[in-house]
Amino acid sequence: MEPNESIAWVALGVAGALALIIASALPFISSLLGPRRPSDVKLQSYECGITPEQEAMGPVSVRFGVTAMLFLLFDIEVVFLYPWAAAFGRMGLFAVFEALVFLAILAVGYLWVWKRGAFEWDK
Amino acid sequence: MGFWEGLWRMALAPLVVLMVVLTTVPLWIWLERRVCARIQQRIGPNRVGVMGLLQPMADAAKLIFKEDITPAHVDRVVYLLAPIIALVPSMAALAVIPFGDLQAADVNIGVLWILALSSLAVYGVVLAGWASNNKWSMMGGIRSAAQMVSYELGMSLAIIAVLLTTSVYAASHGGHALSLRTAVNSQQGVGPLAWNFIWHLPAFVVFIIAAVAESNRAPFDLPEAEQELVAGFHTEYSSFRFAMFYMGEYVHMTTLSAVCTCLFFGGWLSPFAGIPLLARLNVSTVPVLMYLAPLFWFFLKVTLFIFLYIWLRWTLPRMRWDQLMALGWVVLLPAALVWVAVVTVLAGAGKVVDGFVFSGDGWFRLLSLLAVAAAYLIYRRRRGSS
Repeated sequence: MEPNESIAWVALGVAGALALIIASALPFISSLLGPRRPSDVKLQSYECGITPEQEAMGPVSVRFGVTAMLFLLFDIEVVFLYPWAAAFGRMGLFAVFEALVFLAILAVGYLWVWKRGAFEWDK
Repeated sequence: MGFWEGLWRMALAPLVVLMVVLTTVPLWIWLERRVCARIQQRIGPNRVGVMGLLQPMADAAKLIFKEDITPAHVDRVVYLLAPIIALVPSMAALAVIPFGDLQAADVNIGVLWILALSSLAVYGVVLAGWASNNKWSMMGGIRSAAQMVSYELGMSLAIIAVLLTTSVYAASHGGHALSLRTAVNSQQGVGPLAWNFIWHLPAFVVFIIAAVAESNRAPFDLPEAEQELVAGFHTEYSSFRFAMFYMGEYVHMTTLSAVCTCLFFGGWLSPFAGIPLLARLNVSTVPVLMYLAPLFWFFLKVTLFIFLYIWLRWTLPRMRWDQLMALGWVVLLPAALVWVAVVTVLAGAGKVVDGFVFSGDGWFRLLSLLAVAAAYLIYRRRRGSS
């Protein structure tokens, strides 16, 4: 690894650490400066003045799960495309045909999922 | 390399970049409030400081002195951490953005870093919604997760299309295909005509729409739809933890605008570069302006995108939930997928006939314009017949 490159990685780490420090310091300072006068009503969860009857952490519509699974599938396909795209300039026509086959398979899967009604949220 | 240059590159440059970006956040908030006021035929904040410029600072100072309420029924650790998780990724993503010569970390995988951190941003929102243990927060958080992952696909595919031509450029001119610096360099030429938003028009449109949805802003602000969910995922947050979600939204907008500027709008390149009659405006030989001009153009372009965000927010009505998901999955994803295939074929064909009449991107650009024009004509004809 060239020295310039390793410096860039250190700088990336520093940037991440600085972001973390700034983001953690702000609410900490605020919690020191602000008043602290809790009361029962203040600590209730906010439901527009109506007393909450049950916990909110519970099951949600299964459509969200389907969406998450579809996202995982397609995102992995997209991640596969990144190294190919980065090397595209240095590869010959093989890169073109291989990618077209890959995209065709992806498109077939996409059309199948569409036909099965995975993209209909109003039903 | 001397000690000071090493220190600058490793620690001071990241600090300067983060500080500059955090300073722009109050500026965007001011811009948003003034522009939205104008759109609604009001005047907007104009009392604190010149033209009200200090109003966001006054609001921040007020919020930091407010009580930090942690409701009794929340998941305490996650609840306290969520605003930090929401703010850190969008701030850290800025490290790889090249603002002209100023860049916090010149790594060769800039695009990957941006994508990785932009998908982390969803955690802050969904964890805030879940940990609040509040029906509105929960619904807002879950909606936001579904929305952000759906639009991320279209966005990453749009980036891949640009990456292909950047990669062709990198193969002949040097540089890493995944670096945003190379992406900007590949757009050198006759002013805006060489910028990617013309030659990658479909990818640009997909990216802009996905960027608005990714930052949870109107017309895609379902996660915090105030008429139905109070304030969505940050309903329970008060004091500076609320302000951090607010800041996070604007930092995220800045990041996405900066990425869009780099990939599609020529980054720090001047719109007058390479145009014969305007060559006199070329300041790259004047000592001080040489460094300031790229920064000026970059921030001007970012400001234009922020203005676009604000304009959209105060002009368009909110979308319905099923329309929103359908737009992401049934319109943007296939459009970006088709465009990636088209670019593959066109750039591949361009490589074969490279050097014949045109060289470099010439063939790709010609074919890309023809493809978009053909698609438009087919669309017009089909619409006219039905």
